[in-house]
Amino acid sequence: MSTTRQLRGGTRWALSLNAFLVYLFFYAPIALLVFYSFSDDPLVGRWGGFTLGWYRDFGENQEVQNALSVSVKVAIISTLVSVVLGTMAALALERYRFRGNRFFDALLYLPVIVPDVTMAVMMLLFFTEGLSLVNTVFGTNLAKGLATVSLSHIAFSISFVSIVVRARLNGMNEKLEEAAQDLYASRWQAFRHVTLPQIMPGVVGGGLLALTLSLDDVVITQFVSGPGATTLPVYVFGLIRRGVSPLINAVSVVMLAASILLVVLSLVAQRARGESAA
Amino acid sequence: MGEGLSDQSLADYAGVSAVAIEGVTKRFGDVVAVDNINLDIADGEFFALLGPSGCGKTTTLRMIAGLEFPTSGSLRIFGDEVGTLPPDKRPVNTVFQNYALFPHMNVLDNVSFGLRMKGVEKKSAATQAREMIELVRLDGMEKRKPSQLSGGQQQRVALARALVNKPKVLLLDEPLGALDLKLRQDMQHELKSLQRELGVSFVFVTHDQEEALTMSDRIAVMHDGKLLQVGTAEELYDQPVNRFVADFVGQTNLIDATVIDDEMIALANGTKIKAPNPYPGGTKVAMSLRPESISIGAPEDVPEEFRPTSLHGVVQEMNYLGHSHVYTVGVDWMPLEVRTNATPTSIKYEPGTEVAIWWDRRSDWVVPDEGYSS
Repeated sequence: MSTTRQLRGGTRWALSLNAFLVYLFFYAPIALLVFYSFSDDPLVGRWGGFTLGWYRDFGENQEVQNALSVSVKVAIISTLVSVVLGTMAALALERYRFRGNRFFDALLYLPVIVPDVTMAVMMLLFFTEGLSLVNTVFGTNLAKGLATVSLSHIAFSISFVSIVVRARLNGMNEKLEEAAQDLYASRWQAFRHVTLPQIMPGVVGGGLLALTLSLDDVVITQFVSGPGATTLPVYVFGLIRRGVSPLINAVSVVMLAASILLVVLSLVAQRARGESAA
Repeated sequence: MGEGLSDQSLADYAGVSAVAIEGVTKRFGDVVAVDNINLDIADGEFFALLGPSGCGKTTTLRMIAGLEFPTSGSLRIFGDEVGTLPPDKRPVNTVFQNYALFPHMNVLDNVSFGLRMKGVEKKSAATQAREMIELVRLDGMEKRKPSQLSGGQQQRVALARALVNKPKVLLLDEPLGALDLKLRQDMQHELKSLQRELGVSFVFVTHDQEEALTMSDRIAVMHDGKLLQVGTAEELYDQPVNRFVADFVGQTNLIDATVIDDEMIALANGTKIKAPNPYPGGTKVAMSLRPESISIGAPEDVPEEFRPTSLHGVVQEMNYLGHSHVYTVGVDWMPLEVRTNATPTSIKYEPGTEVAIWWDRRSDWVVPDEGYSS
C-alpha cells in the first residue's frame, strides 16, 4: 500500500498531461488577471504597457475604499459572532442529548443546502417585514444596512462553523473532559483548558471559512444591503455592469493577495502552535 | 446476595470505611447496570472489582468517582455522603482506562493540572508535580508530550497525575489493560508497592481474574450488575459462593450434581460421592474441582482413603506445559481437566490409557447451580 509504484510509458504521460491541464485550468485565469492589472490600457485584455495606475486608482477611489471598509467590518463581525455561536451549537449537539436533538441537527445543515438566491429572498423578506414592524411599533427609522448584512452573513456562517467544529469534536476523546473534571476542573475550566485546545484547529478552520464566505458573498449581500453598505464584491459586480476597466483586475488582485495572506497566516499560526507545544 | 459478603470484612476493624456503598442501584433507562449492591472498602486496602464486561464494575467505579450518580442508595467516602457531588468536589482521583492524558500538554502540565485547578500557585504546583514524576520514575521526561511516551510511561503519567492530588482513594479503571504481558506483570508489582508506600486505598476495576488475585487484598466479583461475592483471593478461589464465581475465578471443573443428604451428593451419572454440604436434599448443585487438586494414576493405585472421592476414566489428551502436564480425562459423561506437576520421575499417561482420578475431600467445593449465565 505504502510503496510508490513506478508508472511507465503511456499511462505516465497521460497522467502528467492531465495534472498539467488541471493546474493550467486553475491558474491561467489568475495569471491573466494579475497580468492585465498592470496593463496601461482602459480595455481589459489588451496590453498597453506597464503601469501601477490601476492600483493608484484603487487607493484613491473613495467608493472602492468605502466598499472595502464595509467588507472588512462585516467580515470581522460575522466571523467572530458565528465562531462563538457555531462552536456552541456544535458542543450542544455533540455532547448533550436533548429533546429535538435530531431536528436541530437537520435545521443546522439547511443553510448549507439552500441555494443562495433562496436564502437571499428569505432574508430580504424577513428584514423588510421585520424592520417595518419594528419601525411602526417603536416609531424608529431603521433601514437595511451594515447590521442586516452582518446578520445574514452570521446566519449562513454558523452552519459551516458548527459542521467543521463538530467533525473535530467527534474525533476527540470524551474521557478527556471527564479526566479534567476528576482533576478538580469546573465545567468552564474543563472547556477552557482541555476541550477548546483540542478543538482549536476546527474553530480556526471554521473561522477562516466564515471569513472567506463573508468576504466572498455577492448574492445574499446584494439583497439585504442598503445604501452605504455596499461590500467590495458587490461593488465589483456593479462595476462590471457599468463597463469593465482594469480597475476590477486591481481590486481582484488585492482581494486575492489578502486571501492568500490569510491562508498563509493561519498555516504559520498553526505551525507555531505545534512547535511551541512540542 | 447478602450472605455472599465476607464476614471477615477488613472494614470492620478499621473504623470508618474509605468507601461505603449501601443499597446502591444505577439504572440507564430500562437497563439496570448496578443492582442494589452493598460494599465496604477499608482505608489502605487494595481492592479489586472483578467481572466480565458489562457486569457493572466500571459503573460502580464511576459512581465512586462522581462521573455517574446512583439512581438510589447511599455512597459515602470516609463517612461523608457523596451521592450526587460532582467529581471535582470529591477526595478521589481516577486513572482512566487508556489514561485520557491531555494530548496538548506535556508531562509536567498534565501532572500539575489538578493542583492548578485547585488554585495551587504555579511554582509550588510544578515542584509537587516534579516530586511525583520522580516517584513514578519519569524524571527527565517533563517536557515530553504523551504521544512521545511508551504505553508504560503513559500509565505512570496517569498515576502521577492522579496521585499528586493526594486523593484519599485512588480509582483505577482497567489500569493495565493497554499494556503487553511483560509490562503488565512489572506494573502489577509497581502498583502494589506504590500502594503500600502511600497507604492510600486503591480501588481498581479489571476483567482479568489473575490480575485481581495477584494484586488485591480483597476482591468483589460482579455479574449482571449484582455483587456475587467479596473476599480475599483465597476465599474466592477455595470457597466460591456459586457456580459463576467458581468458574470465573481460576480454572475449574464444574460437575453437575444433586444433593442426597448433608454428607453425599450424586454426580450427573449417578455416582455417589462423599461431599459435605449445607443444601437440602434434591438441590441442583455443581461440584467445583480445581485441576491441580486432582491426582491421576492407574485404576488399581487409588489409595484406600480416597476411594469415596474417585472416578474412572480414559485419557483423551495430554499437554506438556514445562512445569506441568495437563490431561483431559473423559469420565463417562464429561471431560475433566487434571493438572499434575511435571518432574523427571513423574509418570506420563498417554491418550487412550485407562486411569483413575481422585482428590482429597477437602478440595472439592459444592456450589449452588445459580448465578451462571455465560
